Amino acid sequence: MSLAKIPKPEEASKVSLRPPARGWMETPAEFKPGTWCYSAAPKNLKALGLPNPRRWQPSDADWKLPENWQEIILQGMKERLERNRSFRLFMDICVRCGACADKCHFFIGSGDPKNMPVLRAELLRSVYRRYFTWSGRLLGRLAGARDLTVDVLKEWFYYFYQCTECRRCSVFCPYGIDQAEITMMGRELLNLVGCNINWVIEPVANCFRTGNHLGLQPHGIKDSLDFFAEDIADKTGIKIEVPLNRKGAEILFVTPSGDYFADPGTFTTMGYLMLFHEIGLDYTWSTYASEGGNFGLFTSHEMIKRLNAKIYAEAKRLGVKWILGGECGHMWRVIHQYMDTMNGPADFLEEPVSPLTGTRFENAKSTKMVHIAEFTADLIRHGKLNLDPTRNDHLRITFHDSCNPSRAMGLFEEPRYIIRKVCNHFYEMPEETIREETFCCGGGAGLGTDENMEMRLRGGLPRAMAVKHVKEKHGVNRLACMCAIDRATLPPLMEYWVPGVEVTGVHELVGNALVMKGEKEREVGLRGEPLTGKEGDKNV
Amino acid sequence: MSLGISFAALILLILIALGGVAGIEAYSLFGIIIPYAAFIAFLTGVTYRTVVWARSPVPFRIPTTCGQQKSLPWIKCSFLESPPNTAGVIGRMALEVLFFRSLFRNSKLEQKEGKPIYGGAKWLWLAGLAFHWAFLIIVFRHLRFFFEPVPGCVNLVATLDGLFETGVPTFFLTDALFLISVTYLFLRRLAIPSLRYISLPADYFPLLLILAIGLSGFLMRHVYKVDLYKVKELALGWVRFQPQIPEGIGWIFYLHLLLVSVLLAYFPISKLVHMGGVFLSPTRNLPNDNRMRRHVNPWNYPVKVHPYEEYEDEFRDKMKAAGIPVEKE
Repeated sequence: MSLAKIPKPEEASKVSLRPPARGWMETPAEFKPGTWCYSAAPKNLKALGLPNPRRWQPSDADWKLPENWQEIILQGMKERLERNRSFRLFMDICVRCGACADKCHFFIGSGDPKNMPVLRAELLRSVYRRYFTWSGRLLGRLAGARDLTVDVLKEWFYYFYQCTECRRCSVFCPYGIDQAEITMMGRELLNLVGCNINWVIEPVANCFRTGNHLGLQPHGIKDSLDFFAEDIADKTGIKIEVPLNRKGAEILFVTPSGDYFADPGTFTTMGYLMLFHEIGLDYTWSTYASEGGNFGLFTSHEMIKRLNAKIYAEAKRLGVKWILGGECGHMWRVIHQYMDTMNGPADFLEEPVSPLTGTRFENAKSTKMVHIAEFTADLIRHGKLNLDPTRNDHLRITFHDSCNPSRAMGLFEEPRYIIRKVCNHFYEMPEETIREETFCCGGGAGLGTDENMEMRLRGGLPRAMAVKHVKEKHGVNRLACMCAIDRATLPPLMEYWVPGVEVTGVHELVGNALVMKGEKEREVGLRGEPLTGKEGDKNV
Repeated sequence: MSLGISFAALILLILIALGGVAGIEAYSLFGIIIPYAAFIAFLTGVTYRTVVWARSPVPFRIPTTCGQQKSLPWIKCSFLESPPNTAGVIGRMALEVLFFRSLFRNSKLEQKEGKPIYGGAKWLWLAGLAFHWAFLIIVFRHLRFFFEPVPGCVNLVATLDGLFETGVPTFFLTDALFLISVTYLFLRRLAIPSLRYISLPADYFPLLLILAIGLSGFLMRHVYKVDLYKVKELALGWVRFQPQIPEGIGWIFYLHLLLVSVLLAYFPISKLVHMGGVFLSPTRNLPNDNRMRRHVNPWNYPVKVHPYEEYEDEFRDKMKAAGIPVEKE
């Protein structure tokens, strides 16, 4: 990671929120280094059969668009307006009251007026008015309409890949206008002419072929999981089996691949393995459905469906009864709001019932997929786990609500219940920065790539400052979250704005606290850090 | 520039009304033809817009959840912010439409020592609520011009509205609220730099127009008094489809009427259609019960997927070598 061009935190935190003198329609997007993502490599577009594969970069003057690109975009817009009430309505009813303006983390961190959700939407709305409304056709600029030019397309690219689809603005909008919906449509349109980013399209291409974003092949996945099992054996003295592609298991477990690839997500995966072993769960991992996340969400609705199809297909092939899903953010937007509609009905599965507690997960009776936090909270509630929260006493925890489970699902209490049961020191960040008002990590929706680092750090400023607040007030040293993208993007964010705070998944904390039958005395946490009261022993 | 154009458009309208009535005395045009045309434009326009929205499919159930989901029985679900069923949705929509729930959440970003802080900001909510309610009550009070005898509920509202009985004729509370809140909304748009930056002529014009309607109505009632019996005679003529122009209604009435007509005609082609749209917003009017009840997408179509068989064909040898079970040996 090169931080050379990134301003120091003291400078970056000085953000001017005053708009420039020049009107926004006269101000083309400027592709400053550190604030945009590289284009998708042609091989990835080809692998997926997506249009216009070619070598280009957003900083080039010539984007090598197809000759009839305007026609393609306008036709694409027409189809999407006819197919989605949300899109048509959100193009029509905004009154520009400005309630959303200062709610976007990218606006707060950059001060760029086009990061105000209302203006980001106007980028698309102005074109909608010009080609799809009478007033726009007749009155043009007077009605807030403008022609679709190459500059406008570039502006779309810059700002629709500067929105993390976090839906925070939608919470405050009096009409529920959801910028995530508009960004998704904007990105679909850009995809029609081959304007997309590699950090999204490569994972999509990988996931299509290998079953996961990282492109891990089946034996690689097995190696990783076996490695975690060995690590667990070292720390607990307990040997754990890792069931993989096992037919006839009761439950299929699906989680984002980031969590069996890189720290600190790997520690969360170790937590899962320990938990499942301890309760004797009849379950299996899958190498084919080895991705809970779905970067299709950041590409197009069609791509969501193409990638998501694997989960039900694999559940059917393996003959499981229901599906359990790991900690992830946008994965749960897809599972909760899209999966059943796109690839259901899952009538070959059964209504999920916890084999340990007998709890029927009625809230998942149609989709048949349960969130791990719901599952674990239920276990704890029924006293099925032997927990020793003092093993997390070296940690002072705060909890970051991830955007999608918050605003596209409403998962607030389950993780908090778990954290309170496995930790003794838990402190909430200020109210207006958590739960439904939570702030994005700055790198969601496929923007968590290093060439986009300045924008990520700026977008993450509101989250970081809230962490800083509890660090100063309560000595918080660990930021818990339930999202694999968070676990990848929050560590550099903390390093930049709030050094000294590490990032953890909730099930890493569960793994630390879980007292396993026959385990040896634990001296270190899952990441090898000495536990409180055990530091002294080491020095002897 | 946006403001200038909007202002110029309003002045032009006022001149047209004055010239048309006081100048060339085209009473029938301003008293009958334009109001009818505007009313028809309003009805057909709003119906058309609503039908287009209502007929567009809702492929996905995408509520924005602002509270705890319904999951485990011992976790309290947020019935109104994350409604688990239709009753909850009705409650959520009622809060939204009647009390502007989401706008009530509004906060104001400030910067303090390089840190963002989020202060309370209820003025937009308050002014918005006052404006919309006052507007509704004023429109409702106007029904007395269209009915003979005047329905009891209209009289009741008028009586309550004029409770303080100050001035002759009675000064209505809602008139004051209306003028104050519209003025606030207008000044706010001018005073806040980011808001001025995003404002289009289509934002200033309706505010100015509505303000002018309110002022002309106020003047007509309290300053340049017009004969309300004659106004009612005209209004009843419209309703009975036997419109006639009574003599001697003052020019200010025709100005008021023209501005209202313009508002009606402008309504369906402007952002003012949010009135109907708010009811249809898929992030608000759908329950958060996605995993309980399947939502059907009417245009769901088959897509190209990568089936397991193809996956195994590519990786079979590696899977076997790693001891991972396969379908075909």
